[in-house]
Amino acid sequence: MTKNTVAMLMAALLLGACGSPDKAASTHPTGPTGGSMKGDLGPAQGEPVHAVLTSPPEVPPPTNRKTPAKVIVELEVIEVDKPISDGVTYTFWTFGGTVPGSFIRVRQGDTVEFHLKNHPNSKMPHNIDLHGVTGPGGGAASSFTAPGHQSQFTFKALNQGLYVYHCATAPVGMHVANGMYGLILVEPPEGLPPVDKEFYVMQGDYYTVGKYREKGHQPFDMQKAIDENPTYVLFNGSEGALTGPKALKAATGQHVRMFVGNGGPNLVSSFHLIGEIFDKVQYEGGTHFQENVQTTLIPAGGAATVEFHLEVPGNYVLVDHSIFRAFNKGAVAILEVSGGARADIYSGKQLDEVYLSDKLADPAAIVTAAQATASGTLTVEQQIKAGEVLFKGTCSACHQDTGAGIPNVFPPLAKSDFLLADKKRAIGIVLNGLNGPVTVNGATFNSVMPPMSQLNDDEVANILTFALNSWGNKGGAVTAKEVAQVRTTTKRAEGAAH
Amino acid sequence: MNRKLALFGILAVACALTAHAAKLGAPASAPPSVTIAGGQFESVLPPAPNVKTTKVAPFRLDVVPVSNADFAEFVLKRPEWRRDRVAGLFADEGYLRHWASATDPGAAIAKQPVTQVSWFAASAYCEARGARLPRWYEWEFAAAASDKKPDARQDPDWRQQILDWYSKSARGALPVVGSTPANYFGVRDLHGVVWEWVEDAGSMLVSDDSREQGDPNRNRFCGTGALSFEQKENYAMMMRIAMLSSMKASYSSSSMGFRCATDTGKAP
Repeated sequence: MTKNTVAMLMAALLLGACGSPDKAASTHPTGPTGGSMKGDLGPAQGEPVHAVLTSPPEVPPPTNRKTPAKVIVELEVIEVDKPISDGVTYTFWTFGGTVPGSFIRVRQGDTVEFHLKNHPNSKMPHNIDLHGVTGPGGGAASSFTAPGHQSQFTFKALNQGLYVYHCATAPVGMHVANGMYGLILVEPPEGLPPVDKEFYVMQGDYYTVGKYREKGHQPFDMQKAIDENPTYVLFNGSEGALTGPKALKAATGQHVRMFVGNGGPNLVSSFHLIGEIFDKVQYEGGTHFQENVQTTLIPAGGAATVEFHLEVPGNYVLVDHSIFRAFNKGAVAILEVSGGARADIYSGKQLDEVYLSDKLADPAAIVTAAQATASGTLTVEQQIKAGEVLFKGTCSACHQDTGAGIPNVFPPLAKSDFLLADKKRAIGIVLNGLNGPVTVNGATFNSVMPPMSQLNDDEVANILTFALNSWGNKGGAVTAKEVAQVRTTTKRAEGAAH
Repeated sequence: MNRKLALFGILAVACALTAHAAKLGAPASAPPSVTIAGGQFESVLPPAPNVKTTKVAPFRLDVVPVSNADFAEFVLKRPEWRRDRVAGLFADEGYLRHWASATDPGAAIAKQPVTQVSWFAASAYCEARGARLPRWYEWEFAAAASDKKPDARQDPDWRQQILDWYSKSARGALPVVGSTPANYFGVRDLHGVVWEWVEDAGSMLVSDDSREQGDPNRNRFCGTGALSFEQKENYAMMMRIAMLSSMKASYSSSSMGFRCATDTGKAP
């Protein structure tokens, strides 16, 4: 009791020394916290508290307690068939029915009475190893539970921090690969600085017999797991868990905190939020923080708390920046930020045009044409001017600035009977390329022109209009509509691209 | 192939003939069993440090697990094993909970393997038939076989096939007994249907002599388990052992059943 009072006094002094609690960031300890030796804040006080458990991406509310309590946690293990991707199901073994498992939030010094229940329909025995536990096995041996049974053990949360918990029943790797992990937050005695939004995100790697997105029910592939060659790398247990309508949502001006874990079993995460910079990262789930971080490394069986302030609206993409995992194995989540535009910070796209390197005389003509197209006032004159610039960048390397081509190699466009005979054919050649012999002005050319797939309908129209009105050609114009029509009625050769 | 079939037939007849001689309380007809010659065997749980193999003596093993209908016959004759009369020491609350009544499993599940039975009840059933539960090494020896090989444990396809069962949740109905193909020894349903009790389930892991069995907690959490398992890639067996070690003798589970065995020369 005396010891407890002293500890509280010391905590109060510490807070006083660091400033008022609402200046949140500055109260965060920068010196050593004393670890587990300072973590026993005395016996539990008051009535036992039932922990609020939440499913991802929700986070339970702060404990808002000033004294240690006895906290009762009741967690149920359920084996469930759930989608891992569109049209693909997998048998997940879960803590609380979700992957990752329910989020547990306690305060340093709390005495946690942990009840692990294994659903009667479970096929497997399970247990739990909480990295926030001080004691052999982290609770694993004490919580080993057969299907249709429950077990109980108690621990004192001596160390503050963000900790992974996971099943540790043999074969451990398989239990973890099937989704048996989650996070437990042990708040520092003074609590965490308040923020506007808190989210719970956890990465995991998955090993299925079928290939990525192969439909149907997919069993666990042990060999792929041993080879550390995952089929899926996912946030919150399925592709699309945090995208589309399920995207995380916040607003500009909000301060966001994400509790990010990595269940593994194998991969280490290069956790990154595209378009944001983490103002603050409590790396490795520990006490101290780094500021202004682009990508933070989260080990398998580890966690990090990241915080950032939102200024600019739009979609922000969470990825594992070991980037093939994001685009080929599913490690993508979306944070959807609403709010008014902030062009002073980020303008959005101001220009979208072809980059023409040293050949580019003046892009203004293209911009003028694009604006005229948008406003429906495009003239043939404007088309010719824009087409000239585009021609110089795209076509003149072969057909030459003079439109004369190169004898026996590249056919001429100037006074070309082939070009002028058939407008539709000309459009088709620009869109789809040309391969094989052609006769132009009496000479035979047998060469290859690649499809100009990088050009849009406007650009093709402008280039051809320019060609039809240059080097002594007789005139005429091509519209984007004509190009679009040809585009939909012709087919480009398989595999061909510019 | 023909010879094996013939042997199977003779054995089946022999079993049927001896059935009426069984003790009071035994089912009217004992199920067919086969003789397995045994031999030196490399278990996932080596008998002692630096000892790789163990000798499995010849034994007879039931071809299929005990069904609900089989167990109902037993319960009728030995009412102390009814779910409403069983001693709390010998069975937990889940014991035969899924049956329609204390003596009747209901037609729908009659031919499925009996589950929700404690080790005590399973042992009593086999005993009443003059048999016993198979020992772990015996069970593992028989279960190492594929349809073509007596020991297929190094075959990755066969392994994956077994693992596939573990990749399905236990919520669907169980198949009727004998519905999986016979293995090399003529035994069915060792994989892909239910877990099975073994006679030494209570001692195989938590040994009084730690030198014989390694750390008694080795299967219970990661570090130690990784150290003392042999054949660490044999996930299917590891899971069997983990399951057995999680169960106390009075426990029952919706996916734990059993079959009986005897020493050779002694018909079940």
